[in-house]
Formats: sequence, C-alpha cells, structure tokens
Amino acid sequence: MEIKDVESLADLARIELTEEEKRGLLSDMDSILGYVKQIEEVKVEDTKPEYKVYNVWREDVAEPREFSKELITGQFPDSQDGFLKVKKIL
Amino acid sequence: MIDLTTLTIARARKKLDAKEFSAVELTQAYLDEIKKKNKELNAYLEVYDDVLDQAKKADELIASGESHPLLGIPLAIKDVILIKGRKVSAASKILENYVASYDATVISKLKKQGVIFLGRTNTDEFAMGGSTENSAYGVTKNPYDTRRVAGGSSGGSVVAVAANLALGALGSDTGGSVREPAAFCGIVGFKPTYGRMSRHGLIAMGSSLDCIGQIAKTTEDAKIIYDAINGYDVLDSTSIKDTTYPKASLKKVIGVPWDLVNGEGVNSEVKENFKESIKKLETLGFKIKDIHIQNLDTALATYYIIMPAESSTNLARFDGVRYGLHKDGKNLLEDYKLTKGAGFGKEVRRRILIGAYVLSAGYYDAYYGKAQAVREILKKEFAKAFADVDMIATPTAPFVAWKIGEKSDPVSVYLADIFTITANMVGVPAVSIPSGFSKVEGKDLPLGIQFMAPHGGENLLFEVGKKFEEMR
Repeated sequence: MEIKDVESLADLARIELTEEEKRGLLSDMDSILGYVKQIEEVKVEDTKPEYKVYNVWREDVAEPREFSKELITGQFPDSQDGFLKVKKIL
Repeated sequence: MIDLTTLTIARARKKLDAKEFSAVELTQAYLDEIKKKNKELNAYLEVYDDVLDQAKKADELIASGESHPLLGIPLAIKDVILIKGRKVSAASKILENYVASYDATVISKLKKQGVIFLGRTNTDEFAMGGSTENSAYGVTKNPYDTRRVAGGSSGGSVVAVAANLALGALGSDTGGSVREPAAFCGIVGFKPTYGRMSRHGLIAMGSSLDCIGQIAKTTEDAKIIYDAINGYDVLDSTSIKDTTYPKASLKKVIGVPWDLVNGEGVNSEVKENFKESIKKLETLGFKIKDIHIQNLDTALATYYIIMPAESSTNLARFDGVRYGLHKDGKNLLEDYKLTKGAGFGKEVRRRILIGAYVLSAGYYDAYYGKAQAVREILKKEFAKAFADVDMIATPTAPFVAWKIGEKSDPVSVYLADIFTITANMVGVPAVSIPSGFSKVEGKDLPLGIQFMAPHGGENLLFEVGKKFEEMR
C-alpha cells in the first residue's frame, strides 16, 4: 500500500486528512492488513456463506412511535421553514 | 451510611422493599461516591442532573406498593444507547451535542421498571477499542491500578460498577467489549445470544456482531438486568424469539480448546489461573474435554475484516448533514470531508479505511468474501463442538490490564480479543466471571474466566456462573 492508496480510500470515505495523518494511517493499515492477511492460508474449499436472509414483515397498520419532531429538527445544522437545508448538489 | 461495597441489586431490592433505605438515600450515596472518584477514574462522561428526581419518583412507586426487580435501582448506561432527550455521543466529537430523539428498546423496558439512570459512561469512540483509550473524552482508569486501562470498550460502565459508582450497568459487546473490561476490573460481564437484546436505539458498529450486554457484581445481578431487557422486538429485524433456538440440556461437560489457551501470546499467570479455575470446575462435578476447533486461531483475523467492513458502512451516515458536528466547506462534498475529518478519531478512521479497503472491488473476494466463508466454517465447528459439551471455557483475555499508552500498535490491542471475538462471530452467549488475581508490580490485578454456551443457552451460563462464584 502507498500514500496514494490511503488518499483514494479516504476520498471514498469522504474523510479529510493531513499529510501526517496519511503517513500514520499508511503504517497502521500495513500492520493491520499484514495481520488479517493470514486468512489467505485458510482452506475454505467450497464453503459458501449461508446468508439466512428473510424478510421481516408486519401488518400494514399504523403503529404509534414516540418520535419527537422538535428534537429531530432542532438538531439540523441548517434549516428553513422546518425543512433540512443542504448546499445545492447540482 | 449505606455500605455500597457489599451491596448488590438483589440485596438492594430487599432493603428498598423493607424500607431500610429509600431510593433517594441510595442514589445520594452513589452521587457522593461519583463526586469523590469520578474525576480520577473518568467512568462517567455525564451524570444527569435529574437523578434525585428520578429517585423520588421511584420512592413514590415503592410507597404505593409497586415492586419490580429494578425499581429504584441506580444504573449506568454506556454512551452508545439512546435515552430520549438526553445527550448520547458515542464518546465521539462527531456526536458531541447529539440529543437522542427516542428511547432504545432496552431503555424503555428499564423505564417501565422504574430504574434510576445515573448517567452515561465512557467508551472507546463508537465502541471501537479494548481500553477506552480511543475515547475523545479521555481514558477511563482501572480502579485496581489507576496507571492501567480499565479495558473496553465498555470501560466506563464496568468501572462505574467495579468502583461502586453504580449498582449495575449496560454495555455493548461487538467483540468482547463487555467481557474484557469486566475481566480487567474483577466483575461480571454478560453477552447474550445475538438477537436476544433489541439493537433498536443502540448506535451501530458491526451490525451482525453487536449485542447489548449486562454488567454487574454478581451473576445473579446480571441475570436480573438480563431478565428485564431481553425479548423479541419488532423494531429490530434480527431480534430472536424464545422459540428460535432449542433448549439445551445439561450434560455437565465443559470443553476447553487447550491448543489456543496454551498458545504463545497468552500470559503464563493467565494460564496458571485458568488451570486452577478448571480444577474448581472439576470439583463442581464438571467433566473437562479437550476440544479442537478448526480455524479458531484465525477467527481474530476474520473478525478484523468483517467488523471494519460493517463499521465503515454504518458510520457513513455521520456526515454533518442532519445532526451532530457540522463543518462548513465550499460545497456539500467539502462539508462531508471536513466534518468527518474533524469528527472522527484515529481508531475510527483506521476502521473506516480498512472497511472501505476490504469491500473495494479488487479486494472484496480475497478479504470480505473469504472472511464470510471462514465465519461460516467457525459456526459449523461450534455447532459440532456443542454436540458433545455444554459450554466452552477459556480465559477472558490473554493478559491483565495494560498500562495506559503502553500499546501503540493497533494490532497489539486487537490481540486482547483473541478469546472473546468468537462468541460474536458465531452469535452465541458468553460471560466473563472473576477468577482471581495476578500480582503485578505490587498490585492485585483481576483475571476472568469466560464461558460460552450454544445459541439460546444463557441459562447454562447463569447456572455455571453462580456455582463458580460460590467456590470463590
């Protein structure tokens, strides 16, 4: 792994890093990936992960939930007329 | 004066019902202790300002003849579990001023019993770590030796109970975060079967691994908290029912993976103490069986692929748009980058980047895909092992609590999870029970023994825990 790999991962993860932080993360990543690499040696043959995925349904009836609109909207960094306001994206 | 050192939830219940002391008096005793000790130990990030009001209400209920196992009992809550209208920060700067807009399911269950919430406790940021050294609000210190870590990530909750700053506590356990600190601080840490506790209102780390855990002085107390908060919840799609797993019958056989216990990296005093514990179990009438679990030694490496992958996905939501920290940039993308850069600490960034890496197109099969297959093998191996044994015993941690700042390489901290992570990977319940002390530099440092039971086998753990405690 090289600095540019850390930069591209940080870019994907939307994290701003300083040069020093990048260097620190590079050596940490090398050490962690060096450790987890040992699973390359494990023989899994044709073991397929059995995802026990199933849908969790409920009847289509309204159930009261205790949400506080004021608590939610009060934490918006920016808002207008009770709506969350964000910078334009186009 | 109430003697908090010998007080348990079970005893306090009797005394509260017999009016030997009131909930207000009990709560005041804890507030006094917190005032004396919390500055040094840093167990609580916040002590709520309405604690005595909560206690008054509990007293009124007691006076009216109501009784619940946890009515008027002061508990501490890890700073990753939502209580409506109160701050919850996950010990992170990115959620520094976040106020929960609803109650976690476990919290509403505790409220129904009339629990007193003392405050929120310190943890590694987003529960990522084994020492609380990764908290954005300072490390929690071990009450047995304040130069040492308390363990983590539920270090604050554990220290609150161990140092008599709360009667019991809730933590969360993704890879050992309740059990390891409990072992380091000489108390009981319980992690139920995956899905037994609703995760609704628990700030997510690794969603296929996360479990809310009970922290208490005794197994009996842990069970009282467990009984109050477990159960199916429609708000958690991975929640299980009582009928999900078959009831296990006791064969009185305990399996020990000696090859892992005797492996290098496990401290010799830990091994000695564990062997003594095994002798005690034999005196209790348990047969000990040497078991070999294929790939147990690579479980930790597998965990450190799956967990960061899930964490990095879960933490993507903290972007400064709807709540929490917001740093303003020139455009939306810059807002994201600046907010996450300023809000996330070192370990959290590491895990986000590792997660992004193992999930990226070129590496997905080699890391994440492979790790899922290894996890599957582990599950099968455990099922095979539990055909012959009731429980599997190991030390809880391979060494005692380390000195604050001593471990600078992240992998050396990860190794503390070697015995605990498998229970999360497989989804089985596990408990850490105090098993004695190791004298290090003139201080007695606690050690723990861990028991794992098959899915749904919590009753076996409560049973063996109680018997083991009676032998002490």
